[in-house]
Amino acid sequence: MSGVTGMTGMSGTSGVDGPSGVDGPIEHGRAYWVLADCWNIVRRGLTHYQRQPINIAWQLGFPILSVLLYGYVFGSAMKVPGGGDYRDFLMPGMFVMTMAFGFINTATIVVYDSTKGVIDRFRSMPMSPSAIVAGRGVTDLVVACAELTILMLTALAMGWRPDGVLGFLGAFGLLLWLRFALIWLGVWLGLLVPNPEAAGGLFAVAFPLTMISSIFVAPQLMPDWLGFVAAWNPISSTAAATRELFGTPVGGGDTWIEQHALLMAGVWPLILTLVFVPPAVRRFQKLSR
Amino acid sequence: MSGNGYAVRAEGLEKRYGEKRALDGFDLAVREGTVHGLLGPNGAGKTTAVRILATLVRLDGGSARVAGLDVASRPREVRARIGLTGQYAAVDEVLTGRQNLEMFGRLFHLGGRRARRRATELLEQFDLTEAADKGVGEYSGGMRRRLDLAASMILTPAVLFLDEPTTGLDPRGRGEVWQSVRALVARGTTVLLTTQYLEEADKLASHITVIDQGRAIADDTPDGLKNTVGGDRIEVVVAERADIARAVKVVARVSDGEPESDETESRVHAPVTDRVAALTEVARTLQDEGVRVEDIGLRRPSLDDVFLRLTGHRTVGATDTVGATGAADVAGAVDQEGAAREKGAAA
Repeated sequence: MSGVTGMTGMSGTSGVDGPSGVDGPIEHGRAYWVLADCWNIVRRGLTHYQRQPINIAWQLGFPILSVLLYGYVFGSAMKVPGGGDYRDFLMPGMFVMTMAFGFINTATIVVYDSTKGVIDRFRSMPMSPSAIVAGRGVTDLVVACAELTILMLTALAMGWRPDGVLGFLGAFGLLLWLRFALIWLGVWLGLLVPNPEAAGGLFAVAFPLTMISSIFVAPQLMPDWLGFVAAWNPISSTAAATRELFGTPVGGGDTWIEQHALLMAGVWPLILTLVFVPPAVRRFQKLSR
Repeated sequence: MSGNGYAVRAEGLEKRYGEKRALDGFDLAVREGTVHGLLGPNGAGKTTAVRILATLVRLDGGSARVAGLDVASRPREVRARIGLTGQYAAVDEVLTGRQNLEMFGRLFHLGGRRARRRATELLEQFDLTEAADKGVGEYSGGMRRRLDLAASMILTPAVLFLDEPTTGLDPRGRGEVWQSVRALVARGTTVLLTTQYLEEADKLASHITVIDQGRAIADDTPDGLKNTVGGDRIEVVVAERADIARAVKVVARVSDGEPESDETESRVHAPVTDRVAALTEVARTLQDEGVRVEDIGLRRPSLDDVFLRLTGHRTVGATDTVGATGAADVAGAVDQEGAAREKGAAA
């Protein structure tokens, strides 16, 4: 094809000749571009928050409101088995809940991008396809760090005091580990549900699943069968483990799962990752079918 | 380009979705430097064809080369040489126009500095400089499609796929997009344009492939297609139904074919070659014979007529029966698009 006059007049870069004689892409190794593409997708995700900071507030509104309701409205009626202040018990639960709900954000953005054609645009470009998903994941983890920071400052303002830097970092890491595992659930659901409205409906499913856990109430205070389900809820392990690491009341519990919270806070997200990565990848590949 | 003068060459393309054959031996040859229209009703397979050629979807059979490269075996290289704009290749609605073009520039591997410079150039070229730093969510439909076009032009692709670029636009937005497309073609880009608007194909394309049920059923210039229907016709509408027989006789004298009449509309029409002479002759004779005429004129066949002649069904009817192909998905996506747009800010 010829006849395209140099619209840019740029030359002398390391670029190969473009398809039409105008300069084309810079030459680098494949690995370089996977990382660079991924970073550019992350930049896009973060720019969204920069342009619409209110979105962070929406995402944090529910956990903060929950803490205010449970901490102050129900707080005096709440007991923590094994003793301790209920609000101190509650704060790590709030952190876990925010991480758990995170998959809805992932799913919402993915369904939006796929139904709007943004993902198709990316796929029609010479960029690395895996960067589309990897960039989403990294963005979500960066945003999760920001969310946790805001929530922890809120908790500090409400009198919550973690003890020990190592324990604090460990707990922070476990929270991000849970969030990481749920990214894949989010990507899978985002590619599965037909439209953004349906993704909004995921909240209705996520809410009870989060409530039947040790986030607000210790499982041993629930009816036996419900307590059993709550204790085995993966997010309960993360909640118990972070309580332990933060040095806040754990809420007792003498079942095996509750006794091995630290271990299971590492294992559960691994299982979730192994379960949800294959269908997420398959769904993504199915876009080409 | 190594495409033997063809920017796009597809032979026997096949694509099945379950039992449905979205493409069923589809052939296409697009000459370099031309605008080629791919015309067909919803569900005819247009979008599937474009998605295959743009490497978004794998083909089940046949072969396709774009810019001289096989789409199945060298998709990455094809992607560096194509642009895609249309219903399904969107821009980011939260970012500004400039942020969009810079992001796509970096993802086209231009590097930050050149991506910024290219964005500025394209904003200017597509007349978006003033709105450059506004969120795309605030853009009009026409502006959004122009930004879409600009994003597709970042690497100045050899082949640009425009998938129904004006669907859902008002006449003004449509005009804006047409103008941009003409400017691109003047710079040498080959364009494959899918459309269900016959007028659009007629206005922009120098060559048209008509697609129906996954197959190319005609391939010609717009004029050539119209000629297959039989060229110009003279048309007379008489005031009194009783006069139809007399009108047929008069029209037959100037026509080189058999006049046809339509009782319900009191209409008589017949093919003519010597247009103006025939018209004058018929008008005068009818007046002399005292036949009251409501309307008389010459009509060039529209592409609608072409479509009807080729397929035996009307395009409008076909549009209503979505689902002849994988377009069931596609139609769903369009519905969602509107809904998604409303929710845009929340996402």
